[in-house]
Amino acid sequence: MSATADSTIAAPRSGRIDPKYTRDRTKSGNFEMLTWLFMRLSGIVLVVLIFVHLFSNLMVGDGINGLDFGFVAGKWADPFWQFWDLALLWLAMLHGTNGVRTIINDYAERDGVRFWLKMVLYAATTVIIVLGTLVIFTFEPCLTDAAGNLLEASPAFCATP
Amino acid sequence: MSTATSAQAPAKSGRGTLYRGNEGMWSWVIHRITGVVIFFFLLVHVLDTSLVRVSPEAYNAVLGTYKNPLMAVGEVGLVGAIMFHAFNGLRIILVDFWKGGTKHHKAMLWTVVVLWVITLAAFAIRHLMLAFGGH
Ligand code: HEM
Ligand code: HEM
Repeated sequence: MSATADSTIAAPRSGRIDPKYTRDRTKSGNFEMLTWLFMRLSGIVLVVLIFVHLFSNLMVGDGINGLDFGFVAGKWADPFWQFWDLALLWLAMLHGTNGVRTIINDYAERDGVRFWLKMVLYAATTVIIVLGTLVIFTFEPCLTDAAGNLLEASPAFCATP
Repeated sequence: MSTATSAQAPAKSGRGTLYRGNEGMWSWVIHRITGVVIFFFLLVHVLDTSLVRVSPEAYNAVLGTYKNPLMAVGEVGLVGAIMFHAFNGLRIILVDFWKGGTKHHKAMLWTVVVLWVITLAAFAIRHLMLAFGGH
């Protein structure tokens, strides 16, 4: 009696698609539930990872003016910051990719368009995660040219053997 | 009969529900937009950081663009987007997992707004003073 039709919450779907849901329903078991949980768990960890990243790069010392190649060399000389950035890279990319996947599923109504947008998304994500991971772990602070001379703008500590 | 079917049918205007109109919908719209903005920034950010594998000059050259005062204003915008997405994301998590979450969702949204204004103001003051050459 108190639960009238007007007080029920409408199904959260766009008016163009509702009321008849036309997409195929063959999706497997609890993948969507796991991604839902992942968005929340990764979100909590990302708050810490991102706030510290922004604070240590922009708020302390000279802030933005202190950032240069030597700054990165100093940070990545410590495995602690290498793994910090690795976790930040993977979690932010996977969280963001899954978020954008949801948005594509919401707005791209044609099956073909939806499929290809997601393929482009996954390709971009793979490239960025692989590239970012390689950059962190193949970083070389004292680069030299073919003749063995230090490149210009190398950090000062490279000159002292 | 009619009550059973109307449970799935959209409520008349949809207004006054948790999702449509009002704060609940706007916080969702902003959460969605900020999420996409941060995602595209991150794609570019990993590419610019990857220049450390090319040469110190190349990396310092792109980072030089971040130090331009106009870009510094853009960075405040980016950090503002991140702060909102972060605080509001924590609110969403509380609504989902905390028993009192749905009851206090409005109070929590205003808490998000207040926290956002305070942290962003603090960030903007420090960052813009650094970028515009003050100390
Ligand atoms: C700072 C910490 C963060 C927290 C606490 C957080 C939290 C959340 C939560 C709870 C959701 C909702 C998921 C759902 O409705 O199922 C979400 C969605 C999303 N997040 Fe984040 N997030 C954070 C950082 C990020 C970052 C760094 C990115 C980008 C790389 C991002 C991009 C997105 C996107 C695109 C969505 C989808 C929005 C939608 O479906 O409307 N988030 N986030
Ligand atoms: C304007 C704001 C930002 C500045 C000035 C900045 C600056 C930097 C710098 C100097 C580095 C080099 C390594 C280090 O310092 O740890 C870096 C790396 C990184 N940043 Fe940021 N950052 C900003 C915002 C963000 C945000 C919002 C995210 C996440 C959503 C992020 C994610 C990363 C990641 C994943 C790396 C490692 C890149 C790689 O693997 O090659 N940054 N950032």
